[in-house]
Amino acid sequence: MRSKTTVASPEIETLIGLLAKVPGLGPRSARRAALQLLKKRETLMKPLADAMAVAAASVKTCSACGALDTRDPCGLCTAPGRDDGLICVVADIQDLWALERAGVFRGRYHVLGGLLSALDGVGPDDLLIAGLVARASQDGVREVILALSATVDGQTTAHVVTERLAPLGVPVTRLAHGVPIGGELELLDDGTLFAALQSRRPL
Amino acid sequence: MEWTGSAIVLGAKPFGEGKAIVELFSAEHGRTAGVVHGVRRLGGVLQAGNRVHVTWKARLAEQLGFFAPLEMESGVAAFLLDDKAALDGLTSTVALIRLALPERQAYPAVYGSLSVVLDSLAEPHLWPALYSRFELGLLTAAGYGLDLSRCALTGVAHDLAFVSPKSGRAANRDAAAAFADKLLALPPFLIDPEAPVASGDIADAFALTGFFLERRIADPKGEGMPDARRRLIEHLGMNGRL
Repeated sequence: MRSKTTVASPEIETLIGLLAKVPGLGPRSARRAALQLLKKRETLMKPLADAMAVAAASVKTCSACGALDTRDPCGLCTAPGRDDGLICVVADIQDLWALERAGVFRGRYHVLGGLLSALDGVGPDDLLIAGLVARASQDGVREVILALSATVDGQTTAHVVTERLAPLGVPVTRLAHGVPIGGELELLDDGTLFAALQSRRPL
Repeated sequence: MEWTGSAIVLGAKPFGEGKAIVELFSAEHGRTAGVVHGVRRLGGVLQAGNRVHVTWKARLAEQLGFFAPLEMESGVAAFLLDDKAALDGLTSTVALIRLALPERQAYPAVYGSLSVVLDSLAEPHLWPALYSRFELGLLTAAGYGLDLSRCALTGVAHDLAFVSPKSGRAANRDAAAAFADKLLALPPFLIDPEAPVASGDIADAFALTGFFLERRIADPKGEGMPDARRRLIEHLGMNGRL
């Protein structure tokens, strides 16, 4: 069996090793990315390194909603023109970004920091539920919208959050489950069809 | 190494890009983990409680291996998403199997009992009793079965109403009356499948199985009882279903 040899210097190997940990990159693509960065040192690598250093030094978690920003409270929490009466609860920041990208929600957000999980041993105390309850108890909050995955973990989390919010009397809603836009009924699984029928509404 | 058969999904963890480490429970192979590719397409299938038809392959038996193909046989999870108690019941069964049973050992009786619970989760008045029997069976499978066949004091097999927290053996109602406050109540439906489930029986069953699951399985492992089980008991209690 041939022994594995390293062709690059330890510095380059370290760079490749770190890049390979980025989601979407494996060892081979990390090697290509490292090579590209080294070839475009002035135009790509140094600006990227500077941007990463600035982000590492200045980005923090918003103490109000759990999102990432350079300010605390974050831009979404302080933005004028957003509806303070609506709080949209998401599991992670990428879910918040997805909703913002779609531009379909103009209220405030709350990031739980994950979902309850029996497999990973994540319990209610590991999530930012207490902060949500504190925010929802403020005057003027009219609705809490649970934008959580239609999975066992997502909906278990939704039930627990709903239970914690119940004493406040604030209406709690969740995103609809069912037929996706462009979805064909014959291709849907039984569970999605069931959820769609359960969530039907008059026209 | 390769096997093909039916299994129940216990859970899935993301692994790299578009992959997951999935844990299944089958009658012939017990808890088995493996890598699954293309999980974005399979998100609805890889929910706890769903039954799948799967082939597990690995070059060596001790390797993690992978599941391919993996197809849904029957879905359970999607039908329960709006039912808090049923979701907690489902999550609790999964968590207890992972807590009590080692990997890659067959437990056909537990598989059968789990299947019965999963098939009944849409019947709110039926499944808590079946769930309790599942926990009793899990104790037996893990090697900590309770002896509920006859009274430990007199040897009689009738009117068994208590269980000793020390020995895990049943006791006759009259024979144990003097120290009943030190014993755990034994609801009749746990020893007689035909017995009706009276008010308070489910609570007694949860207390009985919970005591032994915690002392004999969770505590020695340094792990707590599953959160989902605690939430399940709370929810059933608040809704007068214990």
